[in-house]
Amino acid sequence: MPEQSRSVTFKNVSKTYAGGVKAVDGVSLEVSGGCFVALVGASGSGKSTLLKTVNRLVDPSAGEVLIDGAPVAAEPPHLLRRRIGYVFQNIGLFPHMTVAQNVAIGLKLAGEREPAARVAELLALVELDPALGARMPDALSGGQRQRVGVARALACSPGLLLMDEPFGALDPVTRDGLGKAIRALHARIGLTTILVTHDMAEALLLADRVLVMAAGRIVADATPRDLLAGKAGGAADALVAVPREQARRLAALGE
Amino acid sequence: MTAAFARVPELLAQHLLLAFAALLLGLLVALPLAVLSSRSRAVGRIALGFASLIQTIPSLALLALFYPILLWLSALVGGGIPALGFLPSLLALSLYALLPILRNGVTGLANLDPAVLEAADAMGMTRNQRLWLVEAPLVAPVLMAGIRTAAVWTIGAATLSTTVGQPSLGDLIFAGLQTQNWTLVLAGCVAAAGLALGVDALLGLAEHGIARRRRGLVWASLATLLVAAAVALAPAWPAPRGTVTIGAKGFSEQYILARLIGHRLEDAGYAVRYREGLGSAVAFGALAAGDIDVYVDYSGTLWTNQMHRTDVPPRAAIVDGVARWAKTRHGVILLGSLGFENAYAFAMRGDDARRRGIRSLDDLAGQAGELDFATDVEFLERPEWAAVRSAYGLAFKSARPYQPTFMYRALASGEADVIPAFSSDGRIAADKLAILADPRGAIPGYDAILLLAPRRAGDARFQAALRPLIGAIPVEKMREANYRVDRDTAKQSPDQAARWLADGLGR
Repeated sequence: MPEQSRSVTFKNVSKTYAGGVKAVDGVSLEVSGGCFVALVGASGSGKSTLLKTVNRLVDPSAGEVLIDGAPVAAEPPHLLRRRIGYVFQNIGLFPHMTVAQNVAIGLKLAGEREPAARVAELLALVELDPALGARMPDALSGGQRQRVGVARALACSPGLLLMDEPFGALDPVTRDGLGKAIRALHARIGLTTILVTHDMAEALLLADRVLVMAAGRIVADATPRDLLAGKAGGAADALVAVPREQARRLAALGE
Repeated sequence: MTAAFARVPELLAQHLLLAFAALLLGLLVALPLAVLSSRSRAVGRIALGFASLIQTIPSLALLALFYPILLWLSALVGGGIPALGFLPSLLALSLYALLPILRNGVTGLANLDPAVLEAADAMGMTRNQRLWLVEAPLVAPVLMAGIRTAAVWTIGAATLSTTVGQPSLGDLIFAGLQTQNWTLVLAGCVAAAGLALGVDALLGLAEHGIARRRRGLVWASLATLLVAAAVALAPAWPAPRGTVTIGAKGFSEQYILARLIGHRLEDAGYAVRYREGLGSAVAFGALAAGDIDVYVDYSGTLWTNQMHRTDVPPRAAIVDGVARWAKTRHGVILLGSLGFENAYAFAMRGDDARRRGIRSLDDLAGQAGELDFATDVEFLERPEWAAVRSAYGLAFKSARPYQPTFMYRALASGEADVIPAFSSDGRIAADKLAILADPRGAIPGYDAILLLAPRRAGDARFQAALRPLIGAIPVEKMREANYRVDRDTAKQSPDQAARWLADGLGR
């Protein structure tokens, strides 16, 4: 089913943790509906914290976040979260439920009684054999598990998908395959997607727009093409230089 | 052997019910506490600290402590709360069950995979949905292990509920210990251990079923437990109206007299049950509160311990004083004296006393510094001992408390040289003990007196059934009856000794 892709607006968002650590420092930003945005930065740059202010796993110390113009703080967090897909590195499949029950949990929370057809559709969407639905999560490979995680996040047609290092624990081949699958899904069902990653190559290959974070601030905001062309400034250039150099050396090897 | 096991089914049922109820109550309290503790660190610290503190109180003391607490509570709300029997046992055992359940619950919740909890939140679960859909099923195996521990502890500690008048397998153990009937002790231990192992095995099956997500196994094992509890519930619960409860303290003479009273009341058409092994301090309170209907006490015991009198008038004056006090202060009826006295009588091995030339407490005082003193468990704390000690200036080389039967053993084996024997005890003659005279009259009279609960004051049929016992038991008869139970060979049960005693009364 086609989904209503949604816009996300950050207004001067800051987050200071107990102990005085400033993780996010006055970020203002507009992510338009249907966009695939990558949030890149080193560990501790504040990218995960910024992402989690959207579904209120983190509440900002100052500023506000709006989805389609409505403040996220306006409703109870659990209702907000049921309309936002969330996929993260540690996946967090419920180990006591089958794959099908995991995928169906959002539907169940929404009061859906007969989720079987939708579950089969979702498993097909993430390119998993529907027969896997009867298995327990610990009987799956790492890549299969994260596909289940994605299917679970998309079950309620959220329109907005947040991903926090979703491929971090996967081997490179699985990682590449899953990345392409996500990008295809994004286009096919009309999602707004925000992807947090520390891997600039991944960001350049998947996203329409790349944001670079350092010390809690956005230090670059450009399309992958502009980033590669060196139009985004010093901090971004240093990050882009790594995959570009690797690509050149690989090309040289092949000659 | 078969006689020892005859009471097992009835007591096993009572034991199972008590332990089961305590476990359920413990669960009802511990589960919400575990959830609260996982949400608030302060609550967790207080709850776990309290549960650990309870664990450090010896179970016997915890049970005994509930007696004054419940008496006080009952007085506060104007009566109606039973201070003996099921309620104090239930409360004490539930407190015991608390710690393992609480600790496993809190530990289980604290060790859940944070990723799973983050996913639960991100999926839009409310706190309660997260608890029921995610946390509870994941913690269940750990929690079940805690419940198993609690069950085994509770079943073990339930044997001690005998001391506060709740029938349990402990009845067999305590009675057997007192009368040196090891078959009886064994029967109680084997039954309690078997019950604990059985319940543990069933709960283990349930735990296995939870861990392997095999619901059938979980329900089957829990259903078996429930059926067992229901079966236990059927015969023994509750006591039919009009049943007479006969109390007895924890020594042979009391067991025999309780049966003697019981047989007469049964002949008079009453249904009878026994609350045996009551603590000496608890028995009178139980009678006054109506938890028991009738028991035998000793005039001097009430005179010194309940009335706090330190003067020692003649025997008849003490009985009269006790009768007046019991009637006016507690509404308790003193039906009369049975005819014999069970006083404290300082005793030594006969040959030893002759060799040392000790005939009275005065003689003893001069040589006490070289002699070891063995007593029953409560004597050293009793006012009678304080009175004797100050009247004669007694100071022994050592003073050690024993169970009464072991006190006699200690004297016979030479581990001790002097004991405060009981004057109605058959072993005084059998062991050829010398009784020391009390020339200064420091020890009060201990006439055995028949006491009735206030509600039997107007029960003429009840009183008529027991009145033939008044003045009917000479001390020689009582000694012989006691000896039949206490001796090492050809032992009789208290029930048999009571029948022998009844035959000798020449009704």
